[in-house]
This record gives sequence, structure tokens and C-alpha cells, in this order.
Amino acid sequence: MQFFIEVLIGGLLSGVMYALVALGFVLIYKASGVFNFAQGAMVFFAALSFVGFQEVLPARFGMEAGSAAVFWLSFLLAFATMVVLGIATERIVLRPLVNQPPITLFMATIGLTYVVEGLAQMTWGANVRGLELGIMDEPIGWLMDDYGIGVSKFDLFAAGVAASLVALLAALFQYTKVGRALRAVADDHQAALSIGIPLQTIWRVVWAVAGFVALVAGMIWGARNGVQFALTFTALKALPVLILGGFTSVPGAIVGGLIIGASEKLAEVYVGPLVGGGIEGWFPYMLALAFLLVRPEGLFGERHIDRV
Amino acid sequence: MLYREAGQFKSSYAEDGRIFPIRQDRVGFTLLMLVFGVAVPLLANEYWLKAILTPVLIFSLAAIGLNILTGYAGQLSLGSAAFMAVGAFAAYNFILRVDGMPFLLALALAGLAAALVGVLFGLPSLRIKGFYLAVATLAAQFFIVWVLVKFPWFSNHSSSGVVTAQEVSILGYAFVSPEAKYVLTFLVVAVLALAAKNLVRSATGRAWMAVRDMDVAAQVIGFRLMRTKLLAFAVSSFYCGVAGALYAYTYIGTVEPEGFNLDLSFKILFMIIIGGVGSILGAFLGAAFIVLLPILLDNLVPALFGDALGAGFASNLQLIIFGGLIIFFLIVEPHGLARLWQIAKEKLRLWPFPH
Repeated sequence: MQFFIEVLIGGLLSGVMYALVALGFVLIYKASGVFNFAQGAMVFFAALSFVGFQEVLPARFGMEAGSAAVFWLSFLLAFATMVVLGIATERIVLRPLVNQPPITLFMATIGLTYVVEGLAQMTWGANVRGLELGIMDEPIGWLMDDYGIGVSKFDLFAAGVAASLVALLAALFQYTKVGRALRAVADDHQAALSIGIPLQTIWRVVWAVAGFVALVAGMIWGARNGVQFALTFTALKALPVLILGGFTSVPGAIVGGLIIGASEKLAEVYVGPLVGGGIEGWFPYMLALAFLLVRPEGLFGERHIDRV
Repeated sequence: MLYREAGQFKSSYAEDGRIFPIRQDRVGFTLLMLVFGVAVPLLANEYWLKAILTPVLIFSLAAIGLNILTGYAGQLSLGSAAFMAVGAFAAYNFILRVDGMPFLLALALAGLAAALVGVLFGLPSLRIKGFYLAVATLAAQFFIVWVLVKFPWFSNHSSSGVVTAQEVSILGYAFVSPEAKYVLTFLVVAVLALAAKNLVRSATGRAWMAVRDMDVAAQVIGFRLMRTKLLAFAVSSFYCGVAGALYAYTYIGTVEPEGFNLDLSFKILFMIIIGGVGSILGAFLGAAFIVLLPILLDNLVPALFGDALGAGFASNLQLIIFGGLIIFFLIVEPHGLARLWQIAKEKLRLWPFPH
């Protein structure tokens, strides 16, 4: 039982990390109807920029390595980089493709993935780098001692970050003027445009926010597994979360992440040995697929009504 | 002026239903066939045959397969490489385990095996649409590759999971030289492409297009959705399966399941987007473009920038140029290279007169 709970909690917490990546997809899909495959590459680029600035600032500008100032300045610079990337994407890729079918936009973001990956490695080099957030990846003492359940401090921290990020985004969507405009655009592009909401500004904001989410996800994933090319594959981890939760729902991304994370780890531990292991790669997809057969629009997705 | 149909009358139904109704097209097509079927294997050098022309043909076949599913039936799929893997490994096992299995029969059976798997993974399409379906086909991509890796029976218990394709021989003639392999590939691809062209002009093809344009409306006017969609999955996977078997037997020779990864699926998707969605010609143009582009960049980038930049820089620059070109193409001509050819034909009809 202890082991089961340990696996379950581990799975839930890793699910939070998937949800973090999925969140970036949802934001862009909701606001612009673009299925942004480049989100994984953006996570990679953001994390790489952050680590890169952390190296460059002490080396070139004589700042004290490892200080809080370097940390936050790197964070800001990396965020600024993502904002520039988002604005450039809107200007160069999306604007000329307005009114094209969704598959064309999707393909364009796959092209964007290659560009961002190449750009990231060209700028910062392809070596694997460590990223230190100051939180150890070790079990919480009292839980381990009293109940014998190992829960990583780091995972808990990641969950906390994800939760606050969602709260922040929810507040942004709910209580600010920009948020209201975002929701209007998500509901109906044309109607939003007709009452004077500037579509292109909204898209820029959304890509910047998605860049911010990518940066946070990249820092957490990077601290976990090292900042390396494999970070781009986080996108593939996020896709089943997306279809399970629904492309258009922020809470869906979180709940979907939890379900996928928990069931994936449980399946790996309990079902995996029966069939030779390594099922983590496809199990989430199969689960999401089975789920979709029951609810084709995902858990929280908008119900699609077909009209002739 | 040269490209005019004036004076060419259609006096029978057979003439009206031709693939190429204009004489100039027929002459051009015959010439094209003669060039690529006869002249090329006689004249081209080994590198071109092995590294460029054979893979272009094989990828064209896979792209036709995906085009049937995505371009004609409107079901977005990201799992074409997995169906190629099914075809490759099915052909390997049929030839390995059945004594005296003729190669062409094995090829057809490999296609059928892939079709069967395709129908299985096509079942969700009856409930799921659009991007949800695209992500669902990723399930096929990961699951099939996993099965092929995890169950060593498929690779005849080879320790590394890599299988070496047996020698191809038809009626006692062994296809060993690059020329022979090219001709074999050419013939198979030509026959299947012709079949595909006719299929999409038939009632089946029209049903697919009706479903693509709006499946509810198609259902209302009496198309059976389940049959139409599953047939599209089956035919598409058949083509991908045959392409996979050819990939193993006439192109690279040794295959492993991981070779048929998501990148390959994306490549095939790029081919149909760049070539033109919903066009058989587009599949060929797109495949040629995607196969030739990296080779071109390989040669061009060091020539332009010198070797001083290092291999890492060059490969990253290639990534950027490749991605950038895809975006550029999508912006400039979202209907692909096939549409450019169509525009060229319309211009040629009038040339050199303005009206």
C-alpha cells in the first residue's frame, strides 16, 4: 500500500510537470486556434537561454556567479528573448497565414520547431547543461520517517509552481482588461475584431505568455533532467494530456496532466513488467485514445456541435 | 500556343474519361515515363540511383498513401511511418517464414497487413476529428514501434533489433544492382500511382472528398461514413506498407523499428503539404523536394560558408533553413508545388498571347 501511494504521488507530481507544458499549448490554441507544435522547442529554447545568460552574465559583465541578481536578471532576459520570439512568430509566420486552414498553421509551427531548435543550439551550443534552482531532489524527511513514503521535495516544489502559475493565469484571464479581450478572441475571432479588439496585439500577448509558461516549464524540467535537446520531447508528453483535458481548457490541462501522470507511472509499475516494460512511451496515448472514444472533445473541451 | 486543346474532340465516353484528356499531356507523360523508366537506369550513376531516385520514388508512394488519407479523405494522420514499419517487417517475416514466397506476393501481403493495422487504428476516426485524431494517430506511431522492438519474434530474435532484408529475386532474376532495384521500385510505384490516380477519380474517391469537405453533410446525403473512412485508412496504410517494404528491400537493406520514427512521419506529412494536399502529382513533387533539400543544403552550406563554422553550426543552419523554407512555402503557396504546375499550365495555354 505504501508503495502504491508512493507511485501514485510520484505520478501525480510528474503529471503536474506535463500539465505545465500542456498549458502553453492550451493558451495559444484557445486564443488563436493554432495548434502550436513548437511549444516543446520553445521550452528548450527558453531553458537554454536562461542557462546561457547565467553563464554569460558572470563571464562577460563581472557579476557574481550564482547570486540572486544573476538568477533574476537571467530570468528576465530569457523572458525578454521569448517575448521577442513570440512577436517575431506572430509577425513573420502567423500574420501572412491568417485565414488558412488549421492544418496549414499546424504545419507552419512544425517548420517553426525546426527553426527554433536550430536557433537555440546555434546561439547557445548543444552541450548538456545543469540547472540549479536550489531545491534538492530528495525525499521529504518527516514523510519518509513517519510513513515510509518517499515524496521528492523537488516534485512538490514543481507542483507548487504549477499551481501558482495556473492561479496567476486564471486571474489574468478573469480580472484584467487584456484577459477579457483574450477570452473574447477565444470565443469568436470575428466578433472580437468587430467590437474593436486588436487581434494582432492579443496574439502577441498570448505568444509572450506562452513563452513565459515555456520558460517556467523549461527551468523545472531542465533542473530535473539537465538542459538538453531532450527537452523538446516534453511536447510529446504534453499531447496526450491535451487530448484528454481538451485543447481549450486550462483546468483541463491540469486535470489531464494529473490523470496521465498518475496512470502512466502506475501502469509502468504494475502492468509494465507483464509485457516487457517501456510502455511509458505509448500508454498515455492509448489511455487518451480510449477516453476520447467516450468523450470525443476531451474532459473539459467545448462540445462540438455539427451543423450542415 | 503549343499547349492547346483546340481541335481535340472527345467522341466517346472512354475518351472523355481519360486521365490525360489533352494530347500534349499524354505525350509529355509518355516521355516522362520513358526518361525515368528507361533512360535514367541506363544513364544515371550509382549515387543518384541509390541515394536520390530510389528513395524519392519510395517516399512518393508513402506520400500518396498519406495523401489519400489526409488530402482526399481529410483525416489528419501523424502515424504514416509506423504503417511503413508494419509493411517492412511484414514483408521480412513473410519471406523469412514462408518457403518460396514470391517477392511481389510478399509485397502485396505486407501492404495488406499494414492495411489491417491501419483499419484498427482508423476506428477512432469515427468518433474523433481534427487535431484530436492527429494526436490519436500518434498512439499508432508509438505503439507499433514499441511492439516491433519489444517482441523479438518480429525481427527474428536479432539481438540488436536490426533486420537485414533478404535478396530480392523474381522468377529467378536477382535484383542486386542499384539499376535493377531502381527499375523494380519504379514499376511498383508506377502501377500503384496509376491505381491511386484512378481510385481518386472513381466513386470511392468522390466519397472520400465528400467526407473530407464535411462529413455530417456527406452522411446526410447517404455516404456510409464508417465504410468510407475505414476504406481510406485501409488504402492509405496499404500504400504506406508497400512503401515501407520497398524502403527495406530496395533502398536501405537493413531496417530497425526505431528508424520508422515520428521524424519520418513528419517528413511524409511535409511532402504532401509542400507537394500539394489532395494531388497525386504533388506527392511526387513533394517527395523529390524533401529528399533533395537536405542533400542540396549539405553541399551548399559548406560551399557558401566554408568549413570554418564546424559541423555543429552547419547542421543547425540546415535545421533553420529547412524549417524556414517550409514556412516560406506555406506562406507563398499553401496549395503546394502541384498548384504551381497547374498555374503554369493555364499560362501555357495562352502563351505567347495575352488573352
